[in-house]
Amino acid sequence: MFLSDSDIDAIILTLKLASTVTFILLLLCTPLAYWLARTQSWLKAPVSALVAMPLILPPTVIGFYLLIAMGPNGPIGELSQSLGIGLLPFSFWGLVLGSLFYSLPFVVQPIQNAIEAIGTKPIEAAATLHSTPLSTFIYIVLPLAKPGFLSAAVLGFAHTVGEFGIVLMIGGNIPKETKVVSIQIYDNVEALNYTGAHTLSAVMLIFSLLVLLSLYTLQQQSKSAIFSVGR
Amino acid sequence: MSNTNLNIKQTLTRLNQNKLPSFSLAVDIQLPSQGITAVLGESGCGKTTLLRCIAGLEKDVRGHVIVNSEIWQNDDFYLPAHQRKTGFVFQDAQLFSHMTVKQNLAFAVKRSHTKVDNIYYTDVITTLGIAHLERRDSINLSGGERQRVAIARALLIRPQLLLMDEPLASLDAARKREILPYLLCIQRQFNIPIVYVSHSTDEITKIASHVLIMEQGKVVRNAPINEVFSVNNLPLNYAHETSSIVDAKIISRHQQWHLLEVSANGFSLFIEDTGQAIGDELRLRIHASDVSVALKEEQSNSIINKLAAVIRKIDIDDNKASLIIKADVTGSDSSLVAKVTRKSINDLKLKEQMTVWLQIKSVAILT
Amino acid sequence: MPVLALTNTMRCFTQLCVLVAAMIVNGSVNHAHGTDIKRQHAHIAVASNFIKPMTLLAQDFENKSGHTLTISYASSGKIYAQIIHGAPFDVFLSADQEKPKQLAEKQLIHSNFHITYAIGKLVLWSNTVGHESPIERLQSNQYSKLALANPKFAPYGQAAVAVLDKLAIKEKSRPKWVLGESISQAYQFVASGNAEIGFIAKSQLPKQGAFSTIDQTLHPAIRQDAVLLKRAMNNKSAMAFFEYLQSNDAKKIIQSFDYDTE
Repeated sequence: MFLSDSDIDAIILTLKLASTVTFILLLLCTPLAYWLARTQSWLKAPVSALVAMPLILPPTVIGFYLLIAMGPNGPIGELSQSLGIGLLPFSFWGLVLGSLFYSLPFVVQPIQNAIEAIGTKPIEAAATLHSTPLSTFIYIVLPLAKPGFLSAAVLGFAHTVGEFGIVLMIGGNIPKETKVVSIQIYDNVEALNYTGAHTLSAVMLIFSLLVLLSLYTLQQQSKSAIFSVGR
Repeated sequence: MSNTNLNIKQTLTRLNQNKLPSFSLAVDIQLPSQGITAVLGESGCGKTTLLRCIAGLEKDVRGHVIVNSEIWQNDDFYLPAHQRKTGFVFQDAQLFSHMTVKQNLAFAVKRSHTKVDNIYYTDVITTLGIAHLERRDSINLSGGERQRVAIARALLIRPQLLLMDEPLASLDAARKREILPYLLCIQRQFNIPIVYVSHSTDEITKIASHVLIMEQGKVVRNAPINEVFSVNNLPLNYAHETSSIVDAKIISRHQQWHLLEVSANGFSLFIEDTGQAIGDELRLRIHASDVSVALKEEQSNSIINKLAAVIRKIDIDDNKASLIIKADVTGSDSSLVAKVTRKSINDLKLKEQMTVWLQIKSVAILT
Repeated sequence: MPVLALTNTMRCFTQLCVLVAAMIVNGSVNHAHGTDIKRQHAHIAVASNFIKPMTLLAQDFENKSGHTLTISYASSGKIYAQIIHGAPFDVFLSADQEKPKQLAEKQLIHSNFHITYAIGKLVLWSNTVGHESPIERLQSNQYSKLALANPKFAPYGQAAVAVLDKLAIKEKSRPKWVLGESISQAYQFVASGNAEIGFIAKSQLPKQGAFSTIDQTLHPAIRQDAVLLKRAMNNKSAMAFFEYLQSNDAKKIIQSFDYDTE
């Protein structure tokens, strides 16, 4: 089993995509998850539903709509063009945007669960110690929710690595830009290059196993059960 | 300090799932801003909610909170919790589990509005006896230790007002005895007014200087400790608590009888020798049912504490077998209450302004 | 209340048992008579780019012959993988010649039942109408993305690359390629406006936009082959459909979708 140069390119690109997406998602999802965990607003249900959509929508559906939305006449496309970025499909950042949608619930939900598990009491206690909401968030909420953040990062990363349907729709199969591992495997299968498909698939299999293993080890170490993703 | 106070008017209605009112709080009170003010009531009476209102932890409350003429809340202003100069001690301590004891304390020190110097810091942790716990993880403490750390932490933000929500409720009797003295001690040592919520008359009679009794979201009594229980019409739950609470000082020891003589504001009493030193201050509680009334000084019985007094007030209630008589002890500002049957009042022809002898069968030593 | 709940649960369980039992019995019955029933119809696997013509072909065939067909659509590569792993297909309409050839090598088909049922035509399409034709835009390099099917496995993609090679713009255009997994995806890329021009099948050509026909001499013929699997040698329906596919009626339908036939 040897990896070809294009396999290695695909692996590097996949890792780059997954890291970028995970980083951005952690930044975006933290306030969102915090809000979802704390709010009493009627908006909670609709927002939760929107966030969870990628869990049940086929990725090709998301990819199809993204392709249209990011096109020259779509809202995202018009925005990206007016910002001078140009069109996003077939580009690395287009994939990043698609993956943000796709992996969103996998990052939001563990963080939200972890923050919900903290409850209001430590936050109130901090407030009575003259801690501003921001300082409470940094020094109390973040450390207490650490296991949730870890599993969110692992799940977000792994899920982005495993993404296929959206990339197929908006990627355009460009080496070093949008040709990720899953697409490379698909290409190999379609081209009847089963040996190549086997090699990369084995890499993916071992990777997934390691990710899940680390996740469950992590879960065992933290006392609170905050890893339920699908809910 | 002594002429400032807490002016609190708060209304709050909580709705249940069917949008019907499930609980409402309606309070309009003035409290002394010194000593320990106890808020007493059964669970669900709103005493904790009142405390949370003062701390700024209840967002939907209307009214005003004015502490030492500083406005914390009025109709168009709400000072958020983290800007109110209150310390709050929760029932379950609420130490931050991811921090050591020292880090918990440092969290408060860092955020105090007034600088916390080493002297104050050392003072607090030695007063609460937690100096040896500093390096421990906060999750590895006993209940009593945890609560002492929580109190120290609250003191370290140098609050203007210390709010305590049943800090002893989760502790066993021995731990309670361990912590109660600290409360009196910190009040005296740091001169911080404390509002102390509890459902235990036992606890609050030991430490409070002022008492608020709450029922169903309303304040039904608001009086100094030595007055609050010396009335006839206490709320039903506290009817058996009618008593006089007296602060006294030990003046002499009668070793041969194992007795102490204490002086309480112009009169003296004999109590059992507790081993305390002369000059020590004590708080005594004399239940109304332990006090009987005689027309003249009776020599022919075993009672040693007999005081001449003038009947100030007899609460007439024809539907009761017993009534409460309040009498001013002669030569003193104090008054005591006695529980006497209506028949005896009738037989002895007891009237207000009559001079009588109060015979005290037993004196409970609270502290 | 708990008793009631229990009886309800038990009733549900009993119903489930009956259902499962029924399914098992039915299954075995089906199995016993399965050979007869299966002879009544054929299972056809068809490359996705041939969905529209196949629908009409199937209708026409069923009306005329009385046989019934079950049709599965997927990419040729997937169908191939399924067949070599024992998928129950009787006839395979591939989008290329490569997969049928591989099946022949694996001796899964009979060489007498291997035909070219359609020859695709390549066009260069743009969703917008401009002063220049799509082919002029391609040659003058006035575009930022060119959509084509993946030449690694899609014949239309291989044809497109051959055209680019002949026009001597293969290397120049390569950075602008966006590859669809199939010719339909290449179409999607252009239709959504994300690529200005793209090589698509003439059979897909919509009314809007502008297109340039590609001279068929510029690329190897895009031959789509159909095969009869060995397992269907005794399936009358399958045989009938394979014959029908070579009839004039069928050819007429296929041609109406802008394919050539032999």
